[in-house]
Amino acid sequence: MRWLLLKDLRILRRSPLLVALLVIYPILIALLIGFALSRGPDKPTIALVNQIPKQQRSFDVAGSKLNADEYLPSFLRSVNVVRAASRADALKLVRDGKVLGAVILPSDITQRLETGTEQPTIEVLYNGADPVKQRYVDSVIRARMAEANVALSRRFQQATVGYLNLLLSGGTLNVLGRSVDILGLENAHAIVAGAIAALPPSSPLRTSLGQVAEFGRLAIDNLGVSRDVLRSVGQPVVVRQTIVGGRRTPLDTFAAAISVTVSLMFLTLLLAAGLLALEREEHAFSRLVRGLVSRLGLLVEKISLAALCAFAVTLLMLLALGGFFISLDWGRAPQWLLALAAGAVAFAALGVAIGGLAREVRAASLLAFLLSLPIAFLALVPNGAVSSGLYDVVRAVSAAFPFKATLQALDAGLNGGGGLAVALAHLAALAVAYTALARLALRRFD
Amino acid sequence: MASPVATHAPVALAASGLTKRYGDRVALREVSFAAAAGELVAVIGPNGAGKTTLLSILAGIQRADAGSVTRPPREIGWVPQQPAVYSKLSVAENLRLFARLEKVPDSEAAVARMLAQTDLAERADDELGTLSGGNRQRVNIAIGLLAEPPVLLLDEPSASLDPRQRARLWEFVGAQAARGTAVIFSTHDVQEAERYADRVLVLADGELLFAGTAAELAAAVVEPGGGDAAGPRDFETAFVRFLHERGH
Repeated sequence: MRWLLLKDLRILRRSPLLVALLVIYPILIALLIGFALSRGPDKPTIALVNQIPKQQRSFDVAGSKLNADEYLPSFLRSVNVVRAASRADALKLVRDGKVLGAVILPSDITQRLETGTEQPTIEVLYNGADPVKQRYVDSVIRARMAEANVALSRRFQQATVGYLNLLLSGGTLNVLGRSVDILGLENAHAIVAGAIAALPPSSPLRTSLGQVAEFGRLAIDNLGVSRDVLRSVGQPVVVRQTIVGGRRTPLDTFAAAISVTVSLMFLTLLLAAGLLALEREEHAFSRLVRGLVSRLGLLVEKISLAALCAFAVTLLMLLALGGFFISLDWGRAPQWLLALAAGAVAFAALGVAIGGLAREVRAASLLAFLLSLPIAFLALVPNGAVSSGLYDVVRAVSAAFPFKATLQALDAGLNGGGGLAVALAHLAALAVAYTALARLALRRFD
Repeated sequence: MASPVATHAPVALAASGLTKRYGDRVALREVSFAAAAGELVAVIGPNGAGKTTLLSILAGIQRADAGSVTRPPREIGWVPQQPAVYSKLSVAENLRLFARLEKVPDSEAAVARMLAQTDLAERADDELGTLSGGNRQRVNIAIGLLAEPPVLLLDEPSASLDPRQRARLWEFVGAQAARGTAVIFSTHDVQEAERYADRVLVLADGELLFAGTAAELAAAVVEPGGGDAAGPRDFETAFVRFLHERGH
């Protein structure tokens, strides 16, 4: 088998164009997929009309100064901004398709915010030329608006809580430049309680003052809880995230795992299928299997070579990704190396089955190529994206090919969280099954 | 080929009762024959007669459903119809690879010997893909002879060669037979069988109809209308008539 391995390596070395294509093409495809999965769409361009007069950009909310310009950068992140002088200019930019949308901040926005009772309105204009980007702009603006509303409501809440505290405990309030002392409910309650205690027991005022003191106590108790009520009004629902049935995998690392798995699949399938079919195309198969090497030995040689080459290439790719894009956990190196090796062997077994069935190099390569993309896409269909019945079918089909198991093994190897052993066992079973299928297919070679 | 039938030479290979079925179809039906050392035996017959099946069984590529062969495949040199060589490897690399796979004791000496015998020493480093069909076939045969087997099987060795290349091929094969190698080859070209083989085996529908010299086959054919014992003048006509007489 050693001589056959060396022979195949020599043949590969003498086919530099083929090898370059085999290596570069899957890596390019994998990188494209990786980028597509790890990055959102490009920033859309929108126009901004800021009609707020400069002198009104600072406004007062419950005694504290706010500046509208401080809110704009965070409001406009995730979009490219084109400043427009007027609503008409913005409308023209939108109509001409130069921007996807326009945001118009009205001149009275700060005045309305200052009152705390009137809701200001921001106008948004859309360009419907690209529904996808239109939806993206819409969601971005809604998200930023929600953030701005939360930030403002927090300031309103702080101011209101300050007033409540003043009302409760007393203090000084500035009104139109004048300081006004506020007694506060607690102090008032203490004064009333003192007055009651000073009255003779038979005094008819006791009953009336007792009612005032009781009201004061009730008001103190209820204002005490009103701060918590205000906090709930500001953020009625708090989100607590719990990951169920998986692990918290960073999107970049998962994209890297997908990229590597796609490369591994393309490279191993094409190599294994091509190398086996080549034996028949060169008519050497009949010479080899008449005692020089067993049919199973020939399959093992092809699987080993394809898996070894693909393992080396994808390992380099993973290391490069680790060097530039993601953080590789070197403490888990044995796990992700094992996952990569197991995936390579399973894909190589599928490759020789394809080579055995196709029998010709070109047909084998085409079949391997045609099979690869559906295998990958099916494995990436998320739960809930299709009906449950269809998802069961997709899951069953995916389980019959090594892509999903390799991705799971690699993900588990890179990120931890368990599931590696099951994925490795799945890959081992697939490797055995596809080798058996290839062995049957070799009957057609004779 | 002028050499007489080596009737007194030791038997190099004997097949007995070889039968092969593909489903309901019988590809070989109890075929028995023997080839002596140094003998050139041609297997001829119409398409689908079972020539390649017979050689494949002798070579150990296929298993017979019944019957036996006296030599194991490892002791038999096999030369398939299409050159079974790697076009991306050089002549020497092809020979070296198969010498190592055959576990030839001194593979480098075997490679040098075959390069010399095939007159391809000067092209030892050329890739097979750059060689002519004739030279590729010579390498193909050389690989079959690397282990110096006592029996050499050739499946239609001259099928894709021009007349000059054929002449060189038979010169080379004849030299191997002269060294004592029993050569069994299949061919569609009955003239070639007559010219180069010591004996011919006629197969039709998997059945061995005749085993003997070309002259004996010609003599076995009855001239139409006359019953002339001398038979038809050319061997091809005699062969066709022979098959016809036996219902093929």
